Amino acid sequence: MTLFGNEFLLNELLPTLNKGLWISLMLIVPSAVLGFLAGVFLGVIRVFGTRRTRWAGDAYTAIFRGVPLAIQLMLIYFGLPNLGISLDPYPAAVCSFTLCSAAYHSEYIRGSLLAIRQGQMKAALALGFNTPQAALWIIVPQAARLALPGCGNEIIYLIKYSSLAYLVTCMELTGQGKLLAALYFRFTEVFLGVGLYYLTLVTLTGWLLRRLEQKLRIPGFGLEV
Amino acid sequence: MMETPVLCIENITLTLGGRKILDQVCLDIQRGELKVLIGPSGAGKSSLLQCINHLVRPDSGIIRLEGEKLDAANTRALCSFRTHVGMIFQDFNLFDHLSAEENVAIALRKVRGFPRRAALDRALEELGRVGLARYAALYPAQLSGGQKQRVAIARALAMDPKVILLDEPTSALDPELVGEVLAVIRELAKAGMTMLMATHQMDFARALANEILFMEHGVIVERGTPEELLRPDAVTRTRDFCAKLVV
Ligand SMILES: Nc1ncnc2c1ncn2[C@@H]1O[C@H](COP(=O)(O)OP(=O)(O)O)[C@@H](O)[C@H]1O
Ligand SMILES: [Mg+2]
Repeated sequence: MTLFGNEFLLNELLPTLNKGLWISLMLIVPSAVLGFLAGVFLGVIRVFGTRRTRWAGDAYTAIFRGVPLAIQLMLIYFGLPNLGISLDPYPAAVCSFTLCSAAYHSEYIRGSLLAIRQGQMKAALALGFNTPQAALWIIVPQAARLALPGCGNEIIYLIKYSSLAYLVTCMELTGQGKLLAALYFRFTEVFLGVGLYYLTLVTLTGWLLRRLEQKLRIPGFGLEV
Repeated sequence: MMETPVLCIENITLTLGGRKILDQVCLDIQRGELKVLIGPSGAGKSSLLQCINHLVRPDSGIIRLEGEKLDAANTRALCSFRTHVGMIFQDFNLFDHLSAEENVAIALRKVRGFPRRAALDRALEELGRVGLARYAALYPAQLSGGQKQRVAIARALAMDPKVILLDEPTSALDPELVGEVLAVIRELAKAGMTMLMATHQMDFARALANEILFMEHGVIVERGTPEELLRPDAVTRTRDFCAKLVV
């Protein structure tokens, strides 16, 4: 087989991509967790907040969903130093992915918060919960379950858009692949390999998300399949 | 000298969308009394009950619990007031993501600060009181309407309320399930629980109510004992209304 010479595969491609994969994971996992938490927070203030926080939340979402991620990332990395905030490539990328991901998560969370029947809030308030407590213990746990498929999808997207990090010289999977491909002039093998790595990551994540959905499933709640 | 009423409502007025929904409603309830609120659909019964614990904010009026005036602008005072005033809804409003037991326990834990174990023990005890101890682990979607409403009652009772407001607790139920819920409420009445209940169950009202309040267009137009309002020779709006219900 000429496509993947054994030597190139074992000595160059796999070690390089594994190094990239590690950086990719370091980007994806914190961005997914922080992005989801920030998205829940953002979704909650967009539904339960005061008029001002709702407005701020909506404006934030409009901006971060409206501007291409590559532009956001470069603004954070190359633009912020003008304001005296210099971030290294890695924190800049995590920061950018988290901010963007939060905006998308907040859309799913907001939609599912609105889908929770009014009566749930009324019943909680009638028991003496204050509004933040009712949101935290009654509304959000239900809404998070409803939002899970959407938020899971967002995490799948995140895995793929994490490949933009090489734009700010954070050399993750795609960045490592590009370097290697240019060095050896073997674009087909390298990018096939990179593609397979992403495919595997996405497949595994999809499987984990389905497991999580099953684990959180409640009889008769939400979409019973 | 009269005892201080458990609940005293003075001149509650509510306007929604430019319409008067409640107009200067007054009533009070002594300890251990069961008062029944009847009236046609749209009369304002649900609105009145929800105004009492400020789930709907009235435009004006005074609400007193054991003589103490509710200051609804003070969130802490309002929450504390609500823990003392149980509320049963027509459509149950059990928390869909929690088992029966957790439905009863959650407010004990998060509002009253019980440790988890103690809250669940207390929840089981309350479920036992409404005959549902065996169903503790089931989720709302796995319970019948009658069972859901009994869980809702257990959930309210767990907070040791001074008074319970019931908004047509049996009207969302299939006829064969009404009896089990009324039986629980009857037991509560006999045990001396103070209650204000909107209902169309006239036999129940006749047998147990200390007073019937007939409401129409946001006003209580008649009030009296079941005997006064419903005896065969009474010429009252209440009797008219009930005659139509029976058909
Ligand atoms: N959010 C609202 N906005 C405007 N009108 C309302 C609202 N909620 C209830 N109403 C009106 O208030 C009146 C009383 O309703 P309700 O208290 O539910 O009566 P009941 O419980 O006696 O059937 C009805 O005419 C209803 O249409
Ligand atoms: Mg009603």
